Amino acid sequence: SHSQSGPSQREERRFAEVPRESIKLMAESTGVELSEEVATLLAEDVCYRLREATQNSSQFMRHAKRRKLSVEDFNRALRWSNTETVCGYGAQDALPFRPLKEGELFFVEDREINLVELALATNIPKGCAETMVRVHVSYLDGKGNLEPQGTVPTAVQSLSEDLLKYYQQITRAILGEDPHLMKVALLDLQSNSKIAALLPYFVYVISGVKSVSHDLDQLNRLLHMVKSLVQNPYLYLGSYVRSLVSSVMYCILEPLAASINPLNDHWTLRDYAALLLSHIFWTHGDLVSGLYHQILLSLQKVLSDPVRPLCSHYGAVVGLHALGWKAVERVLYPHLPAYWANLQAVLDDYSVSNAQVKADGHKVYGAILVAVERLLKMKALSLTLAAEGGCAGLPGTATGAVGFRENSLGLSPPPEPLSEPPLGIASHLQAGGAGCPWEEWTPVSLPAMYCELYSFFGDSLAVRFSTGPPLGGATPPGPCQPLEGRKEPASSAPNLENTRKMPQLTASMNISPRRDGSPRGAPPSGSCQPLEGRKEPASGAPNLENTRKIQSRDIFPKARFPLPQAGPPAFSFIIGGRQMGRRCQGRRFQTSFTPTPPHTTLPPRAYAHKLPVIGRVSKPVRRWTCSHYSLHLPL
Amino acid sequence: MAAVQDGPMELDAEKEAKPEILSDGTSNLSGNTASGTLSSSPLTAAPAGGAPKMEDQQTLIAVLQFLKRNKLSESVEILRREAGLGEHQEGSQATDGSGGGKGDGDGGDANSLLSRVSITSAAAPQSMPVKSDCIINIFRCDLPFMFMLSEDQPDVSVVLSAYSQQGDPPLYQVYYSGLKNFIESVLDCHRAELSQLFYPLFVHMYLELVYNNHETEAKAFFDKFSGDQECYYQDDLHILCGLTKKEHLKGNEVLLDFRTSRFVLHISRDSYQLLKRHLQERHNNQIWNIIQEHLYIDIFDGMPRSKSQIDSMSGSLAGEAKREVNKAKVFYGLLKEPEIEVPLDDEDDEAENEEGKPKKKKTKKDSLGSKSKKQDPNAPQQNRIPLPELKDSDKLDKIMYMKESTKRIRLGPENLPSICFYTFLNAFQGLTAVDFTDDSSLLAGGFADSTVRVWSVTPKKLRKVKSAGELNVIEKESDDVLERIMDEKTASESKILHGHSGPVYGVSFSPDRNYLLSSSEDGTVRLWSLQTFTCLVGYKGHNYPVWDTHFSPFGYYFVSGGHDRVARLWATDHYQPLRIFAGHLADVTCTRFHPNSNYVATGSTDRTVRLWDVLNANCVRILTGHKGPIHSLAFSPNGKFLASGSTDGRVLLWDIGHGLMIGELKGHTDTIYALKFSRDGEILASGSMDNTVRLWDSMKAFDEVETDDFTATTGHIHLPDNSQELLLGMYHSKSTPVTHLHFTRRNLLLAAGAYNSQ
Repeated sequence: SHSQSGPSQREERRFAEVPRESIKLMAESTGVELSEEVATLLAEDVCYRLREATQNSSQFMRHAKRRKLSVEDFNRALRWSNTETVCGYGAQDALPFRPLKEGELFFVEDREINLVELALATNIPKGCAETMVRVHVSYLDGKGNLEPQGTVPTAVQSLSEDLLKYYQQITRAILGEDPHLMKVALLDLQSNSKIAALLPYFVYVISGVKSVSHDLDQLNRLLHMVKSLVQNPYLYLGSYVRSLVSSVMYCILEPLAASINPLNDHWTLRDYAALLLSHIFWTHGDLVSGLYHQILLSLQKVLSDPVRPLCSHYGAVVGLHALGWKAVERVLYPHLPAYWANLQAVLDDYSVSNAQVKADGHKVYGAILVAVERLLKMKALSLTLAAEGGCAGLPGTATGAVGFRENSLGLSPPPEPLSEPPLGIASHLQAGGAGCPWEEWTPVSLPAMYCELYSFFGDSLAVRFSTGPPLGGATPPGPCQPLEGRKEPASSAPNLENTRKMPQLTASMNISPRRDGSPRGAPPSGSCQPLEGRKEPASGAPNLENTRKIQSRDIFPKARFPLPQAGPPAFSFIIGGRQMGRRCQGRRFQTSFTPTPPHTTLPPRAYAHKLPVIGRVSKPVRRWTCSHYSLHLPL
Repeated sequence: MAAVQDGPMELDAEKEAKPEILSDGTSNLSGNTASGTLSSSPLTAAPAGGAPKMEDQQTLIAVLQFLKRNKLSESVEILRREAGLGEHQEGSQATDGSGGGKGDGDGGDANSLLSRVSITSAAAPQSMPVKSDCIINIFRCDLPFMFMLSEDQPDVSVVLSAYSQQGDPPLYQVYYSGLKNFIESVLDCHRAELSQLFYPLFVHMYLELVYNNHETEAKAFFDKFSGDQECYYQDDLHILCGLTKKEHLKGNEVLLDFRTSRFVLHISRDSYQLLKRHLQERHNNQIWNIIQEHLYIDIFDGMPRSKSQIDSMSGSLAGEAKREVNKAKVFYGLLKEPEIEVPLDDEDDEAENEEGKPKKKKTKKDSLGSKSKKQDPNAPQQNRIPLPELKDSDKLDKIMYMKESTKRIRLGPENLPSICFYTFLNAFQGLTAVDFTDDSSLLAGGFADSTVRVWSVTPKKLRKVKSAGELNVIEKESDDVLERIMDEKTASESKILHGHSGPVYGVSFSPDRNYLLSSSEDGTVRLWSLQTFTCLVGYKGHNYPVWDTHFSPFGYYFVSGGHDRVARLWATDHYQPLRIFAGHLADVTCTRFHPNSNYVATGSTDRTVRLWDVLNANCVRILTGHKGPIHSLAFSPNGKFLASGSTDGRVLLWDIGHGLMIGELKGHTDTIYALKFSRDGEILASGSMDNTVRLWDSMKAFDEVETDDFTATTGHIHLPDNSQELLLGMYHSKSTPVTHLHFTRRNLLLAAGAYNSQ
């Protein structure tokens, strides 16, 4: 651009040069018209002055004992040569110099900053840590000292004394021995409005889950800490959500060191963590874009990895379950056929050495069962609502809320979504991310889904949809009585073998929780089915209403399901039963479910007949199950 | 404790800041004659103490010539009358200055030179009404200023020097090529010597072209010949090639230096004759004139030097040092230690007795004491520079020092020191300077955010003295009064000193640990009390960034050097400098006191080290050989040697007595910011930006040098390339450039620097 007429054509430029055109442009922008000649002269002079200032500024850099020339250095050089200094570029970091493709234009990126946002942000940036000197014997008699020097102290010291004290007290209380103190600390963490500056440190502490994976108690406490932070209305979690989620996911998915000992009830921890995950997601999911997508992806990854231990799979299932039935439908359901084979193999192995693994397998089985059950139910409900125009609020939600408030977590339950999460899938669809297995997902019709699921679970699925007498009325058989040889209702599964072995768990259903003051330390039984259920043929409205009257506490109002499709309803199921568990106190529940008429013949069940053993345990089923997984779920 | 008696020089004129003011002043004067033609030289100075009459006369003659040329006959008459000069004096005096070292400079040149000056000034005929006496006045008032700058012979032609039109611009290439061809054709032994001419000739011819507005020719000339220059001139060439306009010449300090100083070359008589004959045969007046005008050829008898000999000495901004400059006698010996009764430390002895060791201590101490009692023949007189009397506390400290030194580890190639690294963490604001007290109890850091921070390295915390009110109620007769005056409430590990308004580039503790000096970009040096942790004095004088400051080993005096190209000697109780050491052609980057406090060494961006006599502010040594700005200096403990480190990563060792380079230590890959000799001088430690500390066998380096009479007189040394043998150890820090090094009294090496997290 800088043309030089004359005999010597310079092959290379020795310096960056300001072209004449730039000078003219700059002049024009201030309203001055320059002739070519003047512009050329000015350009040359500007180049020279810039070089001179740069050379002068380098000595300030040298004397500051730096290698990098800073804006400060340049400004000093300008100031000492009585030139106006450049304002506004005092940043420590290098300023990115970007090209603009269209116009051969280069510019320094200078983003606009929203001052309001900056001012109101509660995550105060880290202060500068204090300058200090540390001594280290680097070489002793000429030999290097390998003793670690430790890390550079960070800005923790810059917190005010009070905050620091608070931080220490709180962490000590939560991780300490005293349950009362812990409770107080958690409560305060949940409501304190002045701890924004400490958030990074708490998040950091929580990320310590990875180092205490052997200690269920500590993990639990850290999860409670997460819960308190999440519930604190004064905290803006911002991008820390990601860190919290990763800590929680760790508890859900990782084969914790604590799970080596079968006596450790890591299942509860996973359940709790899953619930927490869903809570974080539903309350703070909007803070991090694509979070839903990422969570699903990692859950799916675990689920599809056969090398992972069963407890990880269990975590993935409960995680999906906690994220809502849509997540189950999209990730778990398509995976089921593939997964089933592995699970089957575990469950069919009767060797003694396999006992423990098999018990884990039952856990997974139970978790899947609960998940798909709700999937079916919610899907049916959504169909109904769609048919009814979604008029009534979802009654189940309120019920769920009641149930949740009773549980030990004290978390408010996530509202059961009938729609997709607002950000998750929608955002990832917008982003157009490729390679997501559930992206090409096409909705499966409810009957088809039911049929397929039935092919896996057989009656253990069916048993949830009670066919028996109305809930409150009938006295179920004795706890240990096996229900083998029960006839399969022809209507639902005409091709089934007659001699299907029914899961035993149904036999135990009506143990009153009050009766069992079972010891806390009792090992978990293989069963995770706290539900009592009977399958009953759809008997129409009168029957349902009847049932309703009998129930003392009508939790799930029975709805009539006019079929979305034309034609009379063929079936209507009612799920009902009594919730078991320490806290549920035998609360009854019941729900109705309307599958589309299974007119089509069901496919031959390749798996179902192989599943006679679910819940069959040598010990009485009335055993207290420590894992009250299903209690956390709004049915 | 008396202040230094005023030397034979006047200091009043020093209130004005830089020597550059000089040029400003004169260019103001000449503003209506011809801009840029009058560039005054800081080198035009009179010999110290001598009558400035001679110079006055010469200046007058030059002015007269100038006036004559401009047909200002009336002014000439007036001036001549006032000055009482005869007409005959003009011609004979004019070349006096240039005749000195050149052997045979012909007198006609000065006239032609002056005539050239007048050609350019003739371009501004409106300069007539300049009053001659006013010119004289300005020269007069400048003179006291100048006459300290250097003892170089004055040269009026340089005062009025300008690059004037001479010869056809395109012919410059022909001239230069001609000389180049000639030099390439001469015998090998002469070629290396004559090749020295290339660089200064190249620069001056280029500048002449630029000055006369032959921009195109200048560029062509540069492109053609810049590749031939020695690689160590790259930095200068880089500046040069950016300069293509006459207007740019004016403000460029580096070139101002180049023009106003004479580039010094050492050439053997044989080579010089060869050159002279060649130039005369070819009538190559252009080059001959430049040689006469801008070069100083120091001719010696004897063997021509080899290329490596030349390379080791060249590289500075203005060539090598003239030989006679380094002939002055330097009293490099140490002063006699005051006699102090060393009380036997009972506790120590008991402890050693308990361990069953024989009680040899006493004899050891005696031998140590007697060593310093001997008068060093090379030492200056004890009272050559008035030194403060020892206080009781100083005596106590001396005793402590002696005790410590008995426990000192003897270092050597087989016994290297342990290194303790003091890492500054979270120094976001930029660590710019570090110093330790001699007893290694305190550490000071200067930062780019204008603060100075002091840390206590020992468990003893830093405490302030109580306020005046509180001090009143203290029992003054109590034994522990010194303890009682301290305010326990203020005890802390570190203290921050606020006061500067720019980055702090230099810090220095006083030997008695009561004071701390800091020099800053804001142009001041500040004295801080370490009793009250407040600023006591701000010494103003540099007016430009002060790059370094250093306390005298006896306290009281300190030296500072800065961007104004001068170093200043101060006494803590004087707000004005006692001496000004001027002569460097560029910034004074580092300053160090000689152990006997009689001399000051300065390193500069002009790539020379100079040694100055505190007594008379004379420059007694100019040491050339560095190829980059010098950023660190260290005297050996015996005062005989000096080490200097520069941005080129090399450490050079100098024999002060002979003014000779005696060693070159290559190895560092970046600027050396720290140099320190061990307490007994056996080991030299160097610390650099390249994150390493290197230890060198200084004993071996000093011993291997043959300082026979011949080398001493000619100054031609053969440097053995033995850096690898002398390197005893190289120690890496992870990511911490080494900013400062310090040997404790027991020879433990302390290094300091700021951790760089990137």
